[in-house]
Amino acid sequence: MIHSLFLINSSGDIFLEKHWKSVVSRSVCDYFFEAQERATEAENVPPVIPTPHHYLLSVYRHKIFFVAVIQTEVPPLFVIEFLHRVVDTFQDYFGVCSEPVIKDNVVVVYEVLEEMLDNGFPLATESNILKELIKPPTILRTVVNTITGSTNVGDQLPTGQLSVVPWRRTGVKYTNNEAYFDVIEEIDAIIDKSGSTITAEIQGVIDSCVKLTGMPDLTLSFMNPRLLDDVSFHPCVRFKRWESERILSFIPPDGNFRLLSYHVSAQNLVAIPVYVKHNISFRDSSSLGRFEITVGPKQTMGKTIEGVTVTSQMPKGVLNMSLTPSQGTHTFDPVTKMLSWDVGKINPQKLPSLKGTMSLQAGASKPDENPTINLQFKIQQLAISGLKVNRLDMYGEKYKPFKGIKYMTKAGKFQVRT
Amino acid sequence: MSAAPAYSEDKGGSAGPGEPEYGHDPASGGIFSSDYKRHDDLKEMLDTNKDSLKLEAMKRIVAMIARGKNASDLFPAVVKNVACKNIEVKKLVYVYLVRYAEEQQDLALLSISTFQRGLKDPNQLIRASALRVLSSIRVPIIVPIMMLAIKEAASDMSPYVRKTAAHAIPKLYSLDSDQKDQLIEVIEKLLADKTTLVAGSVVMAFEEVCPERIDLIHKNYRKLCNLLIDVEEWGQVVIISMLTRYARTQFLSPTQNESLLEENAEKAFYGSEEDEAKGAGSEETAAAALPARKPYVMDPDHRLLLRNTKPLLQSRSAAVVMAVAQLYFHLAPKAEVGVIAKALVRLLRSHSEVQYVVLQNVATMSIKRRGMFEPYLKSFYIRSTDPTQIKILKLEVLTNLANETNIPTVLREFQTYIRSMDKDFVAATIQAIGRCATNIGRVRDTCLNGLVQLLSNRDELVVAESVVVIKKLLQMQPAQHGEIIKHLAKLTDNIQVPMARASILWLIGEYCEHVPRIAPDVLRKMAKSFTAEEDIVKLQVINLAAKLYLTNSKQTKLLTQYVLSLAKYDQNYDIRDRARFTRQLIVPSEQGGALSRHAKKLFLAPKPAPVLESSFKDRDHFQLGSLSHLLNAKATGYQELPDWPEEAPDPSVRNVEVPEWTKCSNREKRKEKEKPFYSDSEGESGPTESADSDPESESESDSKSSSESGSGESSSESDNEDQDEDEEKGRGSESEQSEEDDKRKTKKKVPEGKGEASSSDEGSDSSSSSSESEMTSESEEEQLEPASWRRKTPPSSKSAPATKEISLLDLEDFTPPSVQPVSPPAIVSTSLAADLEGLTLTDSTLVPSLLSPVSGIGRQELLHRVAGEGLAVDYTFSRQPFSGDPHMVSVHIHFSNSSDTPIKGLHVGTPKLPAGISIQEFPEIESLAPGESATAVMGINFCDSTQAANFQLCTQTRQFYVSIQPPVGELMAPVFMSENEFKKEQGKLMGMNEITEKLMLPDTCRSDHIVVQKVTATANLGRVPCGTSDEYRFAGRTLTGGSLVLLTLDARPAGAAQLTVNSEKMVIGTMLVKDVIQALTQ
Repeated sequence: MIHSLFLINSSGDIFLEKHWKSVVSRSVCDYFFEAQERATEAENVPPVIPTPHHYLLSVYRHKIFFVAVIQTEVPPLFVIEFLHRVVDTFQDYFGVCSEPVIKDNVVVVYEVLEEMLDNGFPLATESNILKELIKPPTILRTVVNTITGSTNVGDQLPTGQLSVVPWRRTGVKYTNNEAYFDVIEEIDAIIDKSGSTITAEIQGVIDSCVKLTGMPDLTLSFMNPRLLDDVSFHPCVRFKRWESERILSFIPPDGNFRLLSYHVSAQNLVAIPVYVKHNISFRDSSSLGRFEITVGPKQTMGKTIEGVTVTSQMPKGVLNMSLTPSQGTHTFDPVTKMLSWDVGKINPQKLPSLKGTMSLQAGASKPDENPTINLQFKIQQLAISGLKVNRLDMYGEKYKPFKGIKYMTKAGKFQVRT
Repeated sequence: MSAAPAYSEDKGGSAGPGEPEYGHDPASGGIFSSDYKRHDDLKEMLDTNKDSLKLEAMKRIVAMIARGKNASDLFPAVVKNVACKNIEVKKLVYVYLVRYAEEQQDLALLSISTFQRGLKDPNQLIRASALRVLSSIRVPIIVPIMMLAIKEAASDMSPYVRKTAAHAIPKLYSLDSDQKDQLIEVIEKLLADKTTLVAGSVVMAFEEVCPERIDLIHKNYRKLCNLLIDVEEWGQVVIISMLTRYARTQFLSPTQNESLLEENAEKAFYGSEEDEAKGAGSEETAAAALPARKPYVMDPDHRLLLRNTKPLLQSRSAAVVMAVAQLYFHLAPKAEVGVIAKALVRLLRSHSEVQYVVLQNVATMSIKRRGMFEPYLKSFYIRSTDPTQIKILKLEVLTNLANETNIPTVLREFQTYIRSMDKDFVAATIQAIGRCATNIGRVRDTCLNGLVQLLSNRDELVVAESVVVIKKLLQMQPAQHGEIIKHLAKLTDNIQVPMARASILWLIGEYCEHVPRIAPDVLRKMAKSFTAEEDIVKLQVINLAAKLYLTNSKQTKLLTQYVLSLAKYDQNYDIRDRARFTRQLIVPSEQGGALSRHAKKLFLAPKPAPVLESSFKDRDHFQLGSLSHLLNAKATGYQELPDWPEEAPDPSVRNVEVPEWTKCSNREKRKEKEKPFYSDSEGESGPTESADSDPESESESDSKSSSESGSGESSSESDNEDQDEDEEKGRGSESEQSEEDDKRKTKKKVPEGKGEASSSDEGSDSSSSSSESEMTSESEEEQLEPASWRRKTPPSSKSAPATKEISLLDLEDFTPPSVQPVSPPAIVSTSLAADLEGLTLTDSTLVPSLLSPVSGIGRQELLHRVAGEGLAVDYTFSRQPFSGDPHMVSVHIHFSNSSDTPIKGLHVGTPKLPAGISIQEFPEIESLAPGESATAVMGINFCDSTQAANFQLCTQTRQFYVSIQPPVGELMAPVFMSENEFKKEQGKLMGMNEITEKLMLPDTCRSDHIVVQKVTATANLGRVPCGTSDEYRFAGRTLTGGSLVLLTLDARPAGAAQLTVNSEKMVIGTMLVKDVIQALTQ
């Protein structure tokens, strides 16, 4: 299936290659570079590029292209999904996935890749198993290894690979047994010029961090499971319990994982927690334009909106902007024409605003599009859909774990057209 | 390899990745500048005795490989370390070896013996890794060794090793395709494997080696369907895509009666929208609604596939969701395909690469099945932050989804898109508007007006694109649009984009009759600027001139000649040719009259309007989700998705049974498989609920045979039986009844006795596993329990007829005493657990009471007298050592002849045995007179597994397929040892070899006597004396392997107890624990 993998940085250097079958010359990447050149922007490089003898499938994350080389028919999503899994694994191992980090840990990276695929077919992709096979580097371990000469490679045999709960490593022990669940909801919305909602939907995930000893069997139930319209589970969740009782029953993996992602049914009206008042105008005659935006809270259920940032891609004709914010800081990059305003908290008594003028290219006609405003914000302790976890129970182990549930609402792809 | 030296230099600083970390001299980073020095250095390090130096050297070498640098000249130095003790060094050497073995074949051979030794290691993980590396070394000379290793590994006890064997198959095949035949044999064998671990890998091997051998799948089809949900994600994708192809060859098209179904389709679709749980049933409801008119009945196996894949739409893996979606798209009846839309839309939240692939597929689907995605229209709205390629795909989908009702909203969206800064996207939007206008007549004028407005746009690209689209639209109804053409004509002064100019000229020429005044003027202007125009514009100028000359020669004759003269001396030969050609055609000359008379017809022939259609049309002849579909070109190795067959091939090939019993067993199996689904979806709340899965169907078929042998009033019994089934079905799935009805007719004709035979087969079929992992043992249980219960029934029917009546006939009302299973929730496969929880309960309630107290083993039926045509065969496990071979379990076989003719020449015929199992046949019984019975002893070496030994029992005239499956407790023999010895041995078998379970002893079995009796009845173990009163110890050895099996039961006050089994054979240990717990708690 997957023949080889090349890691390419944004300047076009191949800084790592791994082959699972016979070696494919790195000159195959020339086709990729060609496509990259044509695409102008990194995100526009087609994920699938046919070449005379191979097919190149790539994903672009953390400013690195992960290019897989395949030779025969294989579902493209299979490869793409796997590549993303590789990136996630690196992130899990090293905290960040960047070129210097991969270079510094090249041996671990290589060992991990070796275990993930056998002859191009995925073998061990669960991070719990991988970590049993190859221990992630930590500062302490590095020091210890230097002194004692021991290694990163786990000396135990990866029994997890044999078990029926392959996602959980065996023999987990903690002194503090804790289980944390973060219910994070994102609002995707498009708001039109006049402030009415064109489309809005809520997508949510439950990210978990479970550090429990032994083989706990957890059940998590909701007060209002009906809200969940479409769900997708981590493989540990027993699908049939969900079907019949709307209860999440699972033996969790050890550590961080995404338990569930869901979509809130479309029938429920989505509360939009913020509004943006905008007045952006270009005039044909003058080389100055007016720019004014104000952000205010709308339906927030009494919670404060935090971490608000506003970004907007200004039209090419805009040379510079002179703006004054009532709070926060703003920057305008005259090269990329990107305006960003870091607002911070919204105080309902004193709404933050950003006012000023834009200087336009002299002689050029006014741009025909007003810029779209992208919004980011966070609301703590609120799940905007109203989803509530009812209870979490543990079976199979005797101790009493510490349980924590946190709610948060964020802006997903939240756009205001102007 | 070809890495430029410059590369290594600029990376030189960070080159030795481990260096700062591992405290090595930073100067060594500089080593990379000089090849010789470095290699000497590394060789030295590799030759030392210090592991840390070796490790350091290997790390640097691997770093070199990772950067694509050549490290091949180190080969001899590295290979020496293949047997190194340090595990990380070893692993890195493997990495190196696999990378360079191909180039240094001779030297690579040095390492082979290490791996061969590894293949014999007692630890399964070491065996597996040895096989993995061995098979990855691409050296043709070792092909025979690899072949041997693969064959051996394919029958390994450990599923993990078998999985590795499956992985090795394509490797060997790519190395030497001559081995295909032998490899297919191995694949066939592995396909029969029942563990989830192996399934995905072997199907992968199948797809790479012999995708055309679809016949190998028949026997494993149902098993694969049932295992699917527990296979890991990557395997799921491969299996689903293979099954899609399989289903296309084996089943009839569900859409062949589409027209009939049409009216119901809408209803069913919305039904499934409202109630997901009923989704699967809705087709059947539809089917039930028109039984008379609709002769198509979906093959139960087809249904099985659809049903078992549906939950996977909830998978977190986009690849799995896509695989299921394509399966539904290609295989499901129209009414059911809708369920995939939601899941696909969900994937649009994922990474942009995933979106890209999904949108491509959605685009194809939305052409065929527009209704499916209509509710999700808004999810395809475009955001300014989407990458251009995503925007264009979304636009494609939106266009496909546009219809009479939603077109206003779609057009409003398009209006916003037109003002985007992304010009490629704007151009695509204009094209999309054009397509909407052609598809939906009602909005054509609106669109046209909108496009005309765009003509005054300041951006030239937008204008040009609009012109092109307008041209196409006008061609459909030119008459009414003289105004627009005039407007366009004015634009020729401003528009510079060649394509747009050419389009305008063509339009004016084509419809010059509608604009008789303007056309000559345009030609005049164009003639003026002719030399400065682009080639395609020039061609159109010639065209326009020719057309005008033909319609209005008075005004344009001179102009035309002028243009043609200019063209005659053009640099481009196309234009020169065209000019010459046109001149000959239109200008009447003396000799060539014939053509010029028809010139008007040639130039002004009515031209059909162009059809604006999606580039995704007809892409669905490629399997969706495939690479070929994405590229719209056949990729190497793409397997065509076959068309539905006209006639369904014989469905009986999928029965894992001799064809004679097809009908019956088919039905049985079907039933069995449907049950879990319904019971689960309704909630496995109560014990009666879950009881109606597998064991019941077992018990029913069983009661048939036993009731018959017991009382002889078979007909009434079986009627009862049928009723029972009906009730149950009514509860489970009302919608099925129409289908069931016609099935029943066929069923009733089948003699009752055959149900037995098929059910015994079913046991082995339904068990989803062989004998290794934890989960397996769980399902092994499923297989074991009903079987043993069945066998025990006949004797008990004499001793306790009342029990039998209740349990067999009124099973539904029968509630076992203890509801909550002591089930260890910890280590149970997610979905199987749910399935199985109920099973063990119901049967096991009966087991202990039926156990004969003396030997612990009752008689079990091998061949029923009806199936055997008068020959009835029972067997018992005698628990005596078998005289011929101590590794064999001795089985006493009792024959009795209840027919009225003597049976002659009884012997065992060609046994078909799983690997490792062997049979010592009993001496042939020459003749058995009517009414007489005889006993023979045979030995079976079960190879310490609970796989059934299948063999044929032959008489002179007939052959019967029978199988003996040992309960795990019979695979061992008691060992007598002292308490101290016991403790010592137990100390050696800790850790993974120890299995501990907690249980509650019911009041009824708290006395010593009963506990000991129950344990020894379950397993052939010897009691070990014990100092404390509430601890019980038993010991035994497995017969074949001779591994110790130690069992400790620690009973605490108030019934709490802890059961510990220590054994090297973990599987046997786990199964034993389960069996004993069951025996004790019931």
